[in-house]
Amino acid sequence: MVVNQQKMRALSDRLAEDADSPGRSLWADARRRFLANRAAMTGLAMLVLVTLFALFGGTLAQWSNEELDYTVMGMVAEEGGPRLDNGHYFGTDELGRDLYARTVQGTQVSLLVGVVGALVAVSVGTLYGAVAGYAGGRVDNAMMRAVDVLMSIPYMFVLILILVMYGRSMTALFVGLGLISWLEMSRIVRGQTLSLKNREFIEAARATGVPAATIIRRHILPNLAGVIAVYATLLVPLMILTESFISFLGLGVQEPLTSLGALISEGAGTIAYGTIWQLGFPLLFFVLTLFGFFFVGDGLRDALDPKDR
Amino acid sequence: MLSYTLKRLAIAIPTLLILIVVSFVLMHAAPGGPFTSERELPPEVLANLNAKYGLDQPLWRQIVTYVWGIVTQFDFGPSFVYKDRTVNEIIAQGFPVTLTYGILSFVVAVVVGVTLGVVAAIRQNTVADYFAVGVSIGAQVLPNFVMAPILVLVFTLWLGWLPGGGWQGGQWQYVIMPVIALSTSFMASIARITRSSMLETLTMNHIRTARAKGLPERRVILRHALKPAMLPVISYLGPAFVGMITGSVVVDVYFSTGGIGKAFVDSALNRDYAVMMGVTILMGALTILFNLVVDILYGWIDPKIRY
Amino acid sequence: MLNRRIAASVLALAVAAPALADNPVPEGVTLSEDQHYTFWLLDAIKSMDPQVNTDVEGSDILRQLFEGLYNEDGEGNIVPGVALEHAVSEDQKTYTFTLRDDARWSNGDPVTADDFVYAWRRLADPATASEYAWYMELMQVENAPEVIAGDMPPEELGVRAVDDHTLEVTIGTPLPYFPQMLVHASTFPVHAATIEEHGDAWTRPENMVGNGAYKLDEHILGERVEMSPSETYWDAENVVLDRLTALTINDVNLGLTRYLAGELDRVDVPAGQYPRLAEEYPDQATSTPYSCSYIYMLNVGDQGPEALDDVRVRKAMSYGIDRDIIVERILQGGQRPSYNWTHWATAGFEVPEIDYAGWDQSRRMEEARTLMEEAGYGPDNPVALTLNYNTSEDHKKIAIAVSQMLKPLGFDITLNNMEWKVHTDRMQAQDFEMARYAWCGDYNEASTYLDLFTSYSGHNNGEFFNEDYDRIMKESKTAEDPQPLYQEAEEILAAEMPVIPIYHYAQVDMVAEDIRGLPTQNVMQTWYAKDMYRVAE
Repeated sequence: MVVNQQKMRALSDRLAEDADSPGRSLWADARRRFLANRAAMTGLAMLVLVTLFALFGGTLAQWSNEELDYTVMGMVAEEGGPRLDNGHYFGTDELGRDLYARTVQGTQVSLLVGVVGALVAVSVGTLYGAVAGYAGGRVDNAMMRAVDVLMSIPYMFVLILILVMYGRSMTALFVGLGLISWLEMSRIVRGQTLSLKNREFIEAARATGVPAATIIRRHILPNLAGVIAVYATLLVPLMILTESFISFLGLGVQEPLTSLGALISEGAGTIAYGTIWQLGFPLLFFVLTLFGFFFVGDGLRDALDPKDR
Repeated sequence: MLSYTLKRLAIAIPTLLILIVVSFVLMHAAPGGPFTSERELPPEVLANLNAKYGLDQPLWRQIVTYVWGIVTQFDFGPSFVYKDRTVNEIIAQGFPVTLTYGILSFVVAVVVGVTLGVVAAIRQNTVADYFAVGVSIGAQVLPNFVMAPILVLVFTLWLGWLPGGGWQGGQWQYVIMPVIALSTSFMASIARITRSSMLETLTMNHIRTARAKGLPERRVILRHALKPAMLPVISYLGPAFVGMITGSVVVDVYFSTGGIGKAFVDSALNRDYAVMMGVTILMGALTILFNLVVDILYGWIDPKIRY
Repeated sequence: MLNRRIAASVLALAVAAPALADNPVPEGVTLSEDQHYTFWLLDAIKSMDPQVNTDVEGSDILRQLFEGLYNEDGEGNIVPGVALEHAVSEDQKTYTFTLRDDARWSNGDPVTADDFVYAWRRLADPATASEYAWYMELMQVENAPEVIAGDMPPEELGVRAVDDHTLEVTIGTPLPYFPQMLVHASTFPVHAATIEEHGDAWTRPENMVGNGAYKLDEHILGERVEMSPSETYWDAENVVLDRLTALTINDVNLGLTRYLAGELDRVDVPAGQYPRLAEEYPDQATSTPYSCSYIYMLNVGDQGPEALDDVRVRKAMSYGIDRDIIVERILQGGQRPSYNWTHWATAGFEVPEIDYAGWDQSRRMEEARTLMEEAGYGPDNPVALTLNYNTSEDHKKIAIAVSQMLKPLGFDITLNNMEWKVHTDRMQAQDFEMARYAWCGDYNEASTYLDLFTSYSGHNNGEFFNEDYDRIMKESKTAEDPQPLYQEAEEILAAEMPVIPIYHYAQVDMVAEDIRGLPTQNVMQTWYAKDMYRVAE
C-alpha cells in the first residue's frame, strides 16, 4: 500500500490551476462529488464506526485493558473465547485479559499513531516544500538536492536503529514515522508553490511589500489545502501499517498499552493454538481502519480532481 | 541522459557518506556495545577487545578508517559478534538469498499485478473486475507477518506440501512461501494502480483512434494502451522496492531463509556495528541504484520527461 | 617428581566408569534405518570456537565437535572424556589428569596434554579477549587473574603438560567441585596448528579440526548447521547417529509448528502449550528440571529507589506475587515456583526451610499488607516502581501478571521492555529499580548460584552488600561440607530479600518418540549426540 504519487501530482497541478478562481465553487463541487462516491462514503462510514469504537467502546467494556481474569487464565483456548456471560465479548488474550477492552485501546493507539505521524509528515513536508519553492533559485536547488539524498536512505533501517537504540516511546514512534514520509510531500508542495508563485495575486501581494512568511501563510498554504488533506488521509493507513511492522519486531508501545499491530502480531503468533479470535477481532478493526482512510483519501482526491477517475 | 545519470551517481557518494556518519553516530551513542555481556567484562579484556576492533579510537577516526577500508579494499571489516566471519562474507552468504526471493517476488508482483489490473480494467464492472479489486484491496492491508504464519499453518502443517522454512540453496519448495508472503501486498497495489491508470488510458484519444481504425482489441491494449498505462506503476516500483527490503525482515524471521534482513535486525540487537553498517550501506546503495533505474525507465516510456 | 608424590596419595575418584566406553544402545533394541537427528536452535550460532563461545546453544554444538577432559552422563555424573581419571594432591590444590592415548584430532593428530594447555592459556590470554576468560578465575586456576589482567604472561597460568598424556592443573584454593567444572565448553582443547594457520577463520567447516565425535560439514549462518560422525574419534565405532542437523528458527511457535510437521526431532515448547501437547502426544512432550533460576532483582544500592531500602517493602513485594499462578497458568510446563535462589535440583543442595514458602497465598497477602502498612505505604500511598525486562513473550507475560498481582498491595508498577543489550547495560550501570534476571548454573553445584550475591561478584547488579553473606560464601570454599553454609546463605537472602525468586526452570521439549539417549536426570541438560540413537518403531 502506498500513495500513488502520479495521481497526487495530477491533483496538485489541477489545484494550482484553480488557484486564481474563487475557491468556493471548487470545494462545493468537491463535496457534491464526494457525497456521490459510494466507496468514499462507505470508507467514511467505516472511519466513523472505528472512531466511535475507539472513543466510546470503552464504556461498554466490563473489564479494563490490564486486569487478569484468573478464571480463564491458563485455559484460554478452552475458556477464553468470545462470550457474553463473562463480559469478554471478543474473548481474552493469552493472559486472560479482556480482548474487547484491549482492542478498543489498541485502536486508540493505532489511530493516534497514524494521525499524529501523518500530521508530522505533512507539516514538515509542507513547510519544507513551500519554503524551497517560494525561495527558488539556489536555496531551492540545495533543498531539493537534500531531499534527493534523503530519499536514498533506507529509512526503515534507521527507524529500527532509533527504536532499538533509544528504547521505545510514543514520541519516538511519532517522530520516526513522520520523518520517514515527509519527503514526497515536500516535492509535491514545492512544485505547486513554484507554479503559484508567479500568479498575479501573489505578485501583487509581493509588490505591495507583504513579507514572504505572510505570503506563504496567507496565499500559498490555503491553496495547498486540498493536496495536504488528501495526502494526510492517505498517509494515515501507511503509518498504521508501518507501526504494525514495528510492533511485530517487538519495538512498539510499552505494555500494558497496545496497538492493533501488536495485537495482530500476538494473535498471528498463536494462530496454531485454536485461539483465532485473538487474531480475528483486532484484524477486523485494523482492516476497517485502513480501508476507511484509504477510500476516503481516494474519494477526496477524485472529488478535487474530477478528470481523474 | 548520460549527464543526468552521472549527476545522480555523483549524488550517491555524499548520500552514502551521510548514511555512514548518521548510522555510526546513532550506533555508538546507544546504550550497550558489542561486548556487553551477562557478566561485566574485566576492564583489561574489554580494552583488548576494543583495541582489536579499533573501538578505542575517536569516533571520527573510526569513520575515516572504515570508509578508507571500503574505498581502497572494499573491506567492510570483521563481524564483532560472528567472530569467524567478515562482514563481506556475511553479506555474501545472505545477500544472494535475499536477492533471489526478492527478485522473484518483484517479478511475481509486477507480472501478476499488471495482468490482474489490465484484466480488471478491460472487464470493468464485471465479476472478474470485482473479484480482482476485492482480492487486491484485501491483500493490500494484510500484513505479511500475518500471512506468513497462515501460509506455514496451511501448507506445512495441514497439507504437508511445503517445508516450513529453510533455504537449502534455493530449491523451489523452499522459495514458494517466502515469495508469496513477500509479493502479495505489492502485487495487490500494482493491480490497483494498473487498473485505474488503464481505465484512464483507455479513454484517451489515441486509443479511440486505434479502435476506430478497427485494430483488434488485443493489439490496442498491448501495443497502445499498456505502455502509457505503465507510468504510475513504474513510479510505484521505487517505494515497492523499499517495502520489499523491509518485508525481507519478516520473511527471514518466519522462514529462516538466512537472508540479509534478519542479519540487519540481529546486528542491531547484538550491536554488531560492522554488520549493521555493511547492510545499511548495501541497502542504501541498492536503493539509489534502483531509483536511478526506475527514473531512466520512466524517461524511456514517457519521452516528455526531460532530465 | 612432584607428580609421583601426588600419585602416591591418589584420592578416590569421582570418575568411576571404565576406560572403554560401552555401546550406548542396550542389547535387544532394534535401531532405526534412519539415524539422522534434527534439532532446533533459536538463533544463529555466534561462534564455534570453544574459547570464544558464550551461548548455551553454541555449547550444545561444541560438545559434539570437541571433547573436554570429562563428559556427563544422562544423570549428570561425570564420565571420562579425553581424561580417563585424575589424582588430587593432599592439599587439594593440584589435579593430575591421565589422558587417554587413543584420542585423535579430526586430522589424525593425537590429542595431547599440550592441546589443553594451549586452550586454557588461550582462554585466559588477554590477546584472545574471550568473554569467558573469567571462567579460568572461577576455576581458581593459579595466576588466572594476573594472566587475564595482562600482568603475567599466559605461560604462568597454573596448567602444564607433564608429558603427552598427563596434564597437571594447580588451583589457588581447594574446590570440591573442580572436576564438574571441566565439562564446560570453554575448557575444551583446540588444535594449535590450525588456529595459527587460519586465525579467526579456523572454525569454518573447511578449516576446523576438532576432537569430538562429530565433525562440522556446513554452517550457514542463521539457517543450519550440519555435522557427521568423525572417523578419527576414539570411540567412533559406538557412535550411532549418522547425521546431525541444527535448524535456526527464530520463532518458538513456528518451531513447534515445524516440529509437528515432522521437520524437527526436538524443539522447545512455548509457554502454555505443554498441557495440551502432553495430552495429545504423551510420548513426545517432556519436562525435566533445568538448572536456571528466574528472579526479579531489586536495586538496593545507592542508586536504587528509596522505598526499596526498606526490607519490609521488599518482603511485601515478594509475598504479594502468586508464583503458583505464574507456573501453573502462564508457563504451564512443569517449572517450580521458587522462594529461594539456587535451583532446587542442584546436586547436593537441599532447599532450606523458608517461612513464606509454606504459607498459602492469602496468608502471604495478609502479611504483605501488614508489612506495607508498617512501612507507611498502601493503595493510598503507593510505591511507584519501574520493572525492566528484556524482550521475550514469556518475560512480558510474567511482568504483566506481577504488576497486576502487586497492584492491590500499593505497588504502582510501570513496565519497561528493553532489548537485551540495553537491559544488561542498564543493570550493570545500576540504572534500574527492579529488573528481570535469570541465571543458569555453569556447573552442577550451588555455589554457581550463591557466589553471585557476594559483594565481590561481577553480577551483583542490585548492589546487595552483606558481610555475613560474604563471610559464609568464603567459608564454604574450604568447608568439608559446604551445604549447611549454602543453606545459611539462602536464609540471608530470604531475610533480606534483595531479589525476588519467581521460579526454577524446567526444560520443556517435544522430542520425537524414537529418539533415545537424551539426558533424563541431568539438571544441566548437557547432551551428547554420541550417546543418542533412534530406535525402530
